[in-house]
Amino acid sequence: MILNIENIRAQFPILAQQIHGKNLVYLDNGATTQKPVCVINAITNYYKNENSNVHRGVHFLSGLATKKLERTRIAVKKFIGAKYNHEIIFTKGATDSINLVANGYSTLLKKGDEIIISELEHHSNIVPWQICCENSGASLKIIPVKDNGELDMDCFYNMISNHTKIVAISHISNTLGTVNPVEKIISKAHELGAKVLIDGAQATTHVNLNMIDLDADYYVFSAHKMYGPTGVGVLYGKEEALNSLPVYQGGGEMIKDVSFKKTTYAPLPHKFEAGTPNIAGIIALNEAITFVLKLGVENIYNYERELLEYATNEILKIKGVVIYGNSKNKTGIISFNINGLHPYDIGVIIDKLGVAIRTGHHCTQPLMERFKIPGTARISFAVYNTIEEIDICIEAIKKAKSMLV
Amino acid sequence: MKSIDIIQNEIIDDFNMFDDWMQKYEYLIELGKDLPLLNSSYKIEDNLIKGCQSQVWLHAEKKNDTIIFTADSDAIMTKGIIALLIRVLSHHSPQEIAESELNFITEIGLTDQLSPTRANGLVSMIKQMKIYAIALNN
Repeated sequence: MILNIENIRAQFPILAQQIHGKNLVYLDNGATTQKPVCVINAITNYYKNENSNVHRGVHFLSGLATKKLERTRIAVKKFIGAKYNHEIIFTKGATDSINLVANGYSTLLKKGDEIIISELEHHSNIVPWQICCENSGASLKIIPVKDNGELDMDCFYNMISNHTKIVAISHISNTLGTVNPVEKIISKAHELGAKVLIDGAQATTHVNLNMIDLDADYYVFSAHKMYGPTGVGVLYGKEEALNSLPVYQGGGEMIKDVSFKKTTYAPLPHKFEAGTPNIAGIIALNEAITFVLKLGVENIYNYERELLEYATNEILKIKGVVIYGNSKNKTGIISFNINGLHPYDIGVIIDKLGVAIRTGHHCTQPLMERFKIPGTARISFAVYNTIEEIDICIEAIKKAKSMLV
Repeated sequence: MKSIDIIQNEIIDDFNMFDDWMQKYEYLIELGKDLPLLNSSYKIEDNLIKGCQSQVWLHAEKKNDTIIFTADSDAIMTKGIIALLIRVLSHHSPQEIAESELNFITEIGLTDQLSPTRANGLVSMIKQMKIYAIALNN
């Protein structure tokens, strides 16, 4: 299917605006995507017509809000091909989801146990495991990254052992765009009895997900990186993997019975959903999923690949450009530097030309250390970006270069 | 030596001559490039002010009851603003520096560079300049 990009763009009100007197060219989608009008309307409609607390009221509105929230759970379950609805836990975001699991492992692990992550992880998939190690006495092992931005799988195979209790790896690198061989990692880990958590923050609109086939024990992602609202995330876990974790936060919703003598906890999914959730956001996530499914994950992926190839060719024409992450298997992310220039300088100048990109370490400081650079400039695509926008961005980068050199 | 406020006003006048952001940025880049090199012995961890985007090294010493600042950054735009900060604050007494109110960055329309995000080390740098002044006063 060929996507009608003009039609898609028309659904994103924010894209029509001007920044510093120039048409906005938004190329920071790895940080967060813009929201289509269906998602925005779902949020407004909820507060205008449906606002009520979920799971506890007997009145009409509470029932309606509950029904709509639970409908999202079903939509997420279908979207990622999970087995049961109760394997879908709503959280604040991917970071929150990882913290929930890592916090649980703090009590499950002991000295001598090992956790494996990789050098290209986002700080969100590093720091919770460091805290987990501090609390449990377990140790952290790191899969190195090769020059082309791929994981050194030989190292992984040598590193993993029956001391390994959990492997936590991103599906797609937020800095390099590399699609990691998560299937191989999962099957090897399971051979040795280790569990696997996949950080899918960058993956949900680029890879068709099927949890049953993928066989990951935990899979996490954020709504806001897939055209949905901020403040909503998902923790998927296999039923037994979630049941093996201790409760995370205490409060309303997550209890069965409370007494001063002994409190018992609710079964999945409510066991991990203490407190009033982001109801409007969760309801709007359903709209984001519908939006993505209508376009088709594969179509989005293919279109963004076209943008990626065009932009890669064009940017390499600028003298002195170095791209970090050159795996054949990568999605719409280009991290680059220009010899002798600081990415921050490029970013602030092209901002004035209406082009929004990300500069800095992208919350992957160990990866920057590995490449011996202070940071990169990063272009990241979404389905509403166009070839014309890439041309504007390239011209802006050239302009910045001419000012800075 | 001119007072801090007089120098600030001179800078504001300088920037008023520019018609658009591009001329301002080009001027900042020029200032950044012209900033005297920081002696490499001062480019150490102790003098480093870390920002999310760019890093700043700041050194201060006392000479004839005034403070002399030298600094560097890995980003040229940041360096340009540093050059302005040094022009404003260097060669003043610790008390003048500590009590100064720096309004020129807002006045010349560069507040983006000073956003309270972790964008760069500039906010911390101004704070650090004042802390040095107070510390070197004794």
